[in-house]
Amino acid sequence: QHGRVKIKSTAQQEEEKRKEREKKLKIYVAARDACFSKRREGVWDDEALQLTQQLLSSNPDFATLWNYRREILLHLETVREEDELQKIYEAELSFLESCLKMNPKSYGSWHHRGWVSARLPRPDWARELSLCDRCLSLDDRNFHCWDYRRMVVKMSGVPVDQELQFTDRLIGSNFSNYSSWHYRSTLLPLLHPESPEPPSPCRQPPQSSPPPSPQTHSHRVCEEQLLKEYELVQNAFFTDPNDQSAWFYYRWLLGRAEREEMISCVYVSREEERVVVAFSRPVNVIFTHGGCSVGLMLVLDGQPQRVEWRSVHPHFKHSPICDLPPGTISDITNEHNLTVHWTEKHTHRDCALYTGRNESWCRDSATDQELFRSELSVEKTSVLQSELQSCNQLQELEPLNKWCLLTIILLMRALDPLGYEKETLAHFQTLKEVDSMRSAYYSDLCSKFMIENTILKMEYAEVRVFSISDKKLTTLCHLDQLLLVTHINLSSNLLQRLPPQFAMLQCLEVLEADNNCIENLEGLYHLPKLEEVYLKNNKISKLADLQPLVSCPKLKHLDLRGNPITETTNIQSELAELLPSVTDLLL
Amino acid sequence: GYTTLPANRRRQELIIKSDGLAESVVAAACARVGQRVLHLDRKSYYAGSWASFTFNGLLSWIQEHTLHDWSNLLEDGEEMICLSNTNSAPFKTDKQTEEEQVEAFPSRPQVSWGDRGPHQLQKTCGLNILHCPITQAIQTEGEGPEPESGQPRPSAAPSQSEPVKKKISYAQLLKEGRRFNIDLVSKLMYSRGSLVDLLIKSNVSRYAEFKNVTRILTYRHGNVEQVPCSRADVFASRQLSVVEKRKLMRFLTSCLEETQEEQAFAGRPYLEFLRDQQLGDNLQHFLLHSIAMATEDTPTEEGLASTRHFLRCLGRYGNTPFLFPLYGLGEIPQCFCRMCAVFGGIYCLRHSVHSLLVHKDTNRCKAVIDSRGQRISCSHVVVEDGYVEAARKPTATPTRFLSRAVLITDGSVLSSESDQQVSLVTVPPSEAGGPSVRLVELCPSTMTCMPGTYLVHLTCQSVSSAYQDLSPVVTRMFRTPESHDQEGRPSVLWCLYFNMADGSAVEVEGHDLPSNVYVCSGPDGGLGHQHAIGQAEAIFHKILPEDEFCPPAPNPEDIIYDGETCTSPLGEEGEERGEEEGEGEGEGAGEEEGEGEGGEKEEKEQEEEEEEEEERDGEVQEKQSLKSEE
Repeated sequence: QHGRVKIKSTAQQEEEKRKEREKKLKIYVAARDACFSKRREGVWDDEALQLTQQLLSSNPDFATLWNYRREILLHLETVREEDELQKIYEAELSFLESCLKMNPKSYGSWHHRGWVSARLPRPDWARELSLCDRCLSLDDRNFHCWDYRRMVVKMSGVPVDQELQFTDRLIGSNFSNYSSWHYRSTLLPLLHPESPEPPSPCRQPPQSSPPPSPQTHSHRVCEEQLLKEYELVQNAFFTDPNDQSAWFYYRWLLGRAEREEMISCVYVSREEERVVVAFSRPVNVIFTHGGCSVGLMLVLDGQPQRVEWRSVHPHFKHSPICDLPPGTISDITNEHNLTVHWTEKHTHRDCALYTGRNESWCRDSATDQELFRSELSVEKTSVLQSELQSCNQLQELEPLNKWCLLTIILLMRALDPLGYEKETLAHFQTLKEVDSMRSAYYSDLCSKFMIENTILKMEYAEVRVFSISDKKLTTLCHLDQLLLVTHINLSSNLLQRLPPQFAMLQCLEVLEADNNCIENLEGLYHLPKLEEVYLKNNKISKLADLQPLVSCPKLKHLDLRGNPITETTNIQSELAELLPSVTDLLL
Repeated sequence: GYTTLPANRRRQELIIKSDGLAESVVAAACARVGQRVLHLDRKSYYAGSWASFTFNGLLSWIQEHTLHDWSNLLEDGEEMICLSNTNSAPFKTDKQTEEEQVEAFPSRPQVSWGDRGPHQLQKTCGLNILHCPITQAIQTEGEGPEPESGQPRPSAAPSQSEPVKKKISYAQLLKEGRRFNIDLVSKLMYSRGSLVDLLIKSNVSRYAEFKNVTRILTYRHGNVEQVPCSRADVFASRQLSVVEKRKLMRFLTSCLEETQEEQAFAGRPYLEFLRDQQLGDNLQHFLLHSIAMATEDTPTEEGLASTRHFLRCLGRYGNTPFLFPLYGLGEIPQCFCRMCAVFGGIYCLRHSVHSLLVHKDTNRCKAVIDSRGQRISCSHVVVEDGYVEAARKPTATPTRFLSRAVLITDGSVLSSESDQQVSLVTVPPSEAGGPSVRLVELCPSTMTCMPGTYLVHLTCQSVSSAYQDLSPVVTRMFRTPESHDQEGRPSVLWCLYFNMADGSAVEVEGHDLPSNVYVCSGPDGGLGHQHAIGQAEAIFHKILPEDEFCPPAPNPEDIIYDGETCTSPLGEEGEERGEEEGEGEGEGAGEEEGEGEGGEKEEKEQEEEEEEEEERDGEVQEKQSLKSEE
């Protein structure tokens, strides 16, 4: 048809483009080879700068060339005047800007920019900040830029409040941004630190001695600001309850400080002449032959003892244990005073073993320490109560929102773990349904909370019997809190194993674990007092699974009915050989 | 453009008269697929009723349209009868031949003036200015912002306005007049609307730049409030409780999908549907007036459709669903004209069509006679409704009018951290049955007003005259001589009220016209451009049923230029076409003679034309190729 504008066909265009590309490639390869040979020869001249610039502007991710460039620039530093250097580095910065336009997420460009900025004789930090702001306005999740910006802020000393306003702005434009929320969480404690006055009485440990405060106050935010933050973050999760970044920040706000590392329990047994130590937080103890490197020292009646610390279980290294030299404390008519020093942390714990007593301990109880108010702080009950109210309000509107449900559970635990137990279980049930992909996670979390509640009940009852049967437990935790338990009932749950931590139960005499799915008894390891083990209807199938029991010297009663192992031929005789101490064996 | 037509352009496939948006789009679409397009406009500026004016340009436009307003000469008890504009040519001209029938067009849209009575509306068509007072803002002398005894100055005659504000005087407005680009039509572009889609698809977007509308506001309980519509707005809103935030977000996300619930409300008002959602008064107001931009009796399906359209447009380019072109809406028709010119279209301003020559048997228009007596043959003609005389229209006059006001103010209706906000304000009817008013406030960075001022457009469906419809809103929201106690509100530095026909009420079918003459309705009152673009597409498909509507324009480097000596392929092709056509269709010899005669005249005038500043590629190329021919 006449009159129409004639346009090149796609084949023609393709051909032209292909030729263009070929031409470009030729130039690129030639320049690259020239650069490499110059570098080999140790040439640091302007031409090399030119060549690398040409290559990097089309491919800013060529790390070797950036390195070469830095070598050249370092060389120039030794031969050029400062003013000249300033100009060279400024030109470098504007070159980098064009590279960043090419690829705003190039590791090489951002790293080089950081390097140049740090070496610039007279840096212009304001310009760098505005570059970052421009970059973040295009992509507010560019972590390269976030990293670089943090460096710029640090170098130029931007006031904290200004930075907080910066996060305000970014969160305002799009609150689905972990980087902004996280940055906020690092700024707030600096700008609005928690008041230095002593914490409210409920947090004070009731014992006057030893006095170490169980919680630290650093990295916390003052209450007034916290309330503002709660409001801000509520606006976010009410606006979009499916956005997890706000919920995570909320969890941080509600969270408590990490517990200080300290010795939480010292237990001494006269009969075994043994001392067991537990820490407030998992401490990775590396045991060596000449003692332990964690720096524990045992002082008995004023005399430092040369003892060998070892772990309660080869796979669980957070709890050291030591045997005293035979006869040191075996005489029941003697009274002894022990002190365990943790030299590294300058902390210690005393324990007195009185006349006529077989054992003794000194510990922070879970109830005293309010250990299980989940990860949330407990100092402001009224605040938490109103937070719970607004979450409940949201839950009414969004009954199936998992973040909301989970937060409600946490708030309930922070407020009154036993009082809200029923609601908590119901919410967990909903959670497993609405977020079935994570149902195992919720089961474990629920198990943890149920164990915590049981520990609290046990402590209130002041008994050493821990009974948690028929609660759908999938996992065991807080076993360090059960160090003193003599009788444990885990029957009718969904447990699959007794983990290494189970070896913490140094006082355990009776274990009831019927009707579970246990196939692994790893944790029944060197339990000196264990006499009776009930494992009816579990999944123990091999003789090797029972191997750990060999290390329990007092084991007399073992119930293995309903386990696959009972099908094995000759099992009776083989068991008798493996566990000679067992007198009542039920198969 | 040309004032007269080059000889080789006397044969056109398509002649377009007036260059409103729809006409320009048709022109561009046809030129793009190879049609030869001649675009004539009686006026000396582009875009017709869609034009943008500088301040001074607007003053001339006002003068042009108010010169005949002698109603102030009326004495009590007298009534004025307006006689037909003498330029409205008689129905037939002397050029009538045996087989052809000539239809004359008024050389300009019929305009009639009169008092402000609504009865006058019924007699008019086209652009109709009913009220054009230039009110000076409150005069403040000395220190206090105290209005001078608060007395309203009598509405002075146009052009009689006085220097006004302590900061920006009328003289300054005149002096900085070139910084203004004041649109006759006030619209915004939905970021997923038909206009934006078309601009992108056709690559016409490269000719213009755009700015995001930054806020949606509403007028409520005597205050201007921000309407939270995007996720970020809802998050930041201080007026909404967290529960309201949730409800709003939930409604906004859930309403994107059709539910059974809404079917139960089919035919019932959207307001009832909203009430049923238990959203509360705040949210109901936002959703009904600002997001759906509906009225209390809009049916549910319509309200939901506009809510969905609004939401789909959100977030494509920014926090609101709207874009505004830099330098004003008048840019948009010009962009399409530019594309048309790039593909060989010719533009003649100040050039009108005198009459159509119609073949009696086929009832098809064969040629037009222009205002200089040239006969130009053509295959199709596109014309704006305003050019068609009333007798040939299916309904004599448009049934609906728009009331418009343009204000220049010294501050934003809602001040915020940034003073460069572009805002859409929805003002619900103050009483039941009244018009809901749409207010668009443009800041200087849109390149439509001078620094320190804001350009405010008000639009509503006419209930009575523009002044009666809109001045109450202006008085409530701004400081004017009539308003009392409006401390803290922006002052009106200058204002204009006028009415114009609502294009959506204009019937484009059923005219008593040849079958190859197509009518465009002129601008409608809607916020978006769907009406004009839809019309343009429909006309295009009638003209060229087989062709694609505005396919992407090729990149300049992909165009093949055959002929090495000539700088422009287009001019050369134009010449070729002329020859081919002569052979191919074997038209009468008389026409060819005509071409010859015209050609001589052409060259003289062409030289004069060269002094005129040229902006358009196509035209420049055209000129270059013509010169090379000499």
